[in-house]
Amino acid sequence: MSETGTTYREAMREAIREAMRRDERVFLMGEDVGAYGGCFAVSLGLLEEFGPERVRDTPLSESAFVGAGIGAALGGMRPIVEIMTVNFSLLALDQIINNAATLLHMSGGQFGVPLVIRMTTGAGRQLAAQHSHSLEGWYAHIPGLRILAPATLEDARGMLWPSLEDPDPVLIFEHGALYALSGVPRPGPVDITRAAIRRSGEDITLIAYGGTVGKTLSAADALAAENIEAEVIDLRVLRPLDDVTIMRSVGRTHRVLVVDEGWRSGSLSAEISSRIVEQAFYELDAPIGRLCAAEVPIPYARHLEEAAIPQVATIIAAAREVVTS
Amino acid sequence: MTGERWEFLMPSLGADMESGTVAEWLVKPGDRIRKGDCIAVIDTDKALIEAESFHTGVVEALLAGIGERLPVGTPLAVITGAAPAAELRPPTRGSPPVSPGEKTGMERRRREPSPAGGEHGPSWPHAPSPVTSPLVRHLAERHGMDAAAMHGTGPGGRVTRADVEGIEIPAKVKASPLARRLALELGVDLTGVHGTGRTGAVRADDVREAAARGSGTGPRAGTEQAVPGRAASAAGARTVGKPDLGRRQGLMRQAIARAMSRSNQEIPHYHLSTTVDMDTALAWLRERNRDLPVARRVLPAALLLMATARAAVEVPQLNGFWLDDAFVPGDAVHLGVAISLKGGGLIAPALHDAAGRDLGDLMAALKDLVARSRTGRLRGAEMTEATITVTNLGDQGVEEVHGVIHPPQVALVGFGKILERPWAVGGLLGVRPLVTVTLAADHRATDGYVGGRFLNAVDRLLSHPEEL
Repeated sequence: MSETGTTYREAMREAIREAMRRDERVFLMGEDVGAYGGCFAVSLGLLEEFGPERVRDTPLSESAFVGAGIGAALGGMRPIVEIMTVNFSLLALDQIINNAATLLHMSGGQFGVPLVIRMTTGAGRQLAAQHSHSLEGWYAHIPGLRILAPATLEDARGMLWPSLEDPDPVLIFEHGALYALSGVPRPGPVDITRAAIRRSGEDITLIAYGGTVGKTLSAADALAAENIEAEVIDLRVLRPLDDVTIMRSVGRTHRVLVVDEGWRSGSLSAEISSRIVEQAFYELDAPIGRLCAAEVPIPYARHLEEAAIPQVATIIAAAREVVTS
Repeated sequence: MTGERWEFLMPSLGADMESGTVAEWLVKPGDRIRKGDCIAVIDTDKALIEAESFHTGVVEALLAGIGERLPVGTPLAVITGAAPAAELRPPTRGSPPVSPGEKTGMERRRREPSPAGGEHGPSWPHAPSPVTSPLVRHLAERHGMDAAAMHGTGPGGRVTRADVEGIEIPAKVKASPLARRLALELGVDLTGVHGTGRTGAVRADDVREAAARGSGTGPRAGTEQAVPGRAASAAGARTVGKPDLGRRQGLMRQAIARAMSRSNQEIPHYHLSTTVDMDTALAWLRERNRDLPVARRVLPAALLLMATARAAVEVPQLNGFWLDDAFVPGDAVHLGVAISLKGGGLIAPALHDAAGRDLGDLMAALKDLVARSRTGRLRGAEMTEATITVTNLGDQGVEEVHGVIHPPQVALVGFGKILERPWAVGGLLGVRPLVTVTLAADHRATDGYVGGRFLNAVDRLLSHPEEL
């Protein structure tokens, strides 16, 4: 870390700190977020700065503390609820889907749920099947939720505040392999509505999000050496999807590879692929390619884990396949 | 075998056709063919046309080579007497020829006695009747084929839909959606484009390259082989060669020039026009389309064609040909539909018996005709049998068309764009969708009075669309 540089973890912490300073209704709660400083050390030091009222350790009951967060949001607070991993969020599915996502609708527009839930997702850290899955695609299925996947330092730093300003529930998925990402973030406003083109190219559009964006950019650089200029889209927002950015890009490149660390069947990559076929069929010059996780529980063994999820080399091979098909 | 022998001659596929080129043979010596089977693709300068056999029999010899330009009437092939009908099967490309004495495995199997013995009746071994679905029988009938005599590829020798359609519908070209769209925009015939995709798929760049080559006039275009060798056909694809677009367009222009000059020199045209209120017709069409899937919806253009066809039935003096100083009425209304090709040029193939169809059927036939025109896969009869032609330039924003008759026909009907205009109805001024219908007619065959009756009939039919 240089003097002005930062890490994804620190950027996230800074975003929470800023939000808590700006708005006294904001508070953080979750397992081990206080005294331990967060399972991934995101909230390190925040308990000392803001006190136990605003940085609250919770019992190991996702359903209870997510429910409490919903109640607090209904009561006028702006809670940030941290769930350790997306796997554990399954215990809170009822609260998230039946309550947070539906109350605005069920109350005829009377009660919004301005709740932000942060959770870790993804594989690559040898944490085995119960801590490594990518289930954000499931959440992206649910109307009433906004789903974000910050993949850069800027988004880690900038997405939280607009999420807290959103009157409806927002889920932020932080890929576990990104916390150590370091660099100097570029200053500037961050929206939570649009996808971003991280690299321009005219031969193929590579669509990625979260943990696969960096790998996809590396793959694009390698492809350039083969004279294949890839455009890389970072989805950023998994729901609602930014169809316009995707379709415009497809209109330029006419070829697509979707890179998704989730499983292929019934996945976000399937949704994106369908939308492209629906909206940009006559722009396609090759079958849409998808590179997803192997359809197995993510293995513990390092070499098997690496083989199970998209890697730079497999992205290059899959992109080449689309370009030559 | 009856011992009869026929020559298959270079057909005349248009009044202006003097010679043609065999672009592709669809049969080879030893193939059995049925009357109506397409046996060769003829390049007429205007289009690639599948020529049909008038006889049932066995192909004895092919006399004309691929790419040879031959005058109309030149013998191209020899066909000998018919084999018994039950043994006939249409030529299937890619399958080995079956000599008359030999039976296919399927036929052998059918002739073996079944375990159930005589229960199936004594006629079974002599009259094999493979099980077919009603759809297949219907399709076969529509295509004029005998499902019972076909070689079935389905389970138990069953004749499947693919067997029926495999003969009628040209083999599919594997091309990306973008390549297809570009081919349409650039007027490139995909069947002739070499695909560079890993599995041979035609991709956008292949189409662009074909278009660039076709429109170029440099030495490269000149040395390009105009028609495919047999090697291309043997490769299994239904290739009609790289269409040398520049050459083809030049020849098509010349063919149009000949026909139109002849029309202008020989035919004393008279022109009439009328304006038709389309309000009722469009409202009726909207109602009709409301509950139909998009693929089965009917466009106003089809309604205009149908009205023309029915009017031609009512005023038969305009439906037919002027031949040898006399009018010869058409046997039915075969509606010529002027179709502009994206790469330039124009053809007017016939929608057979348009007046005898229902509207949905006409729409489907129109779509099929346009698609096949643009891919250069028309059948001979479609090129010669039109009895009256319709040109609709409404899509181009044209308000009225003063047409030139396609000889030897005696009338051409033109439709402009359907436009909203002020229009007096029942003494009040209203805004109505109007279309200008024009008639160009041959004064040798009819007078203005007949033409007027025709336009009145079109107007009346469009006011009562439910009768169409």
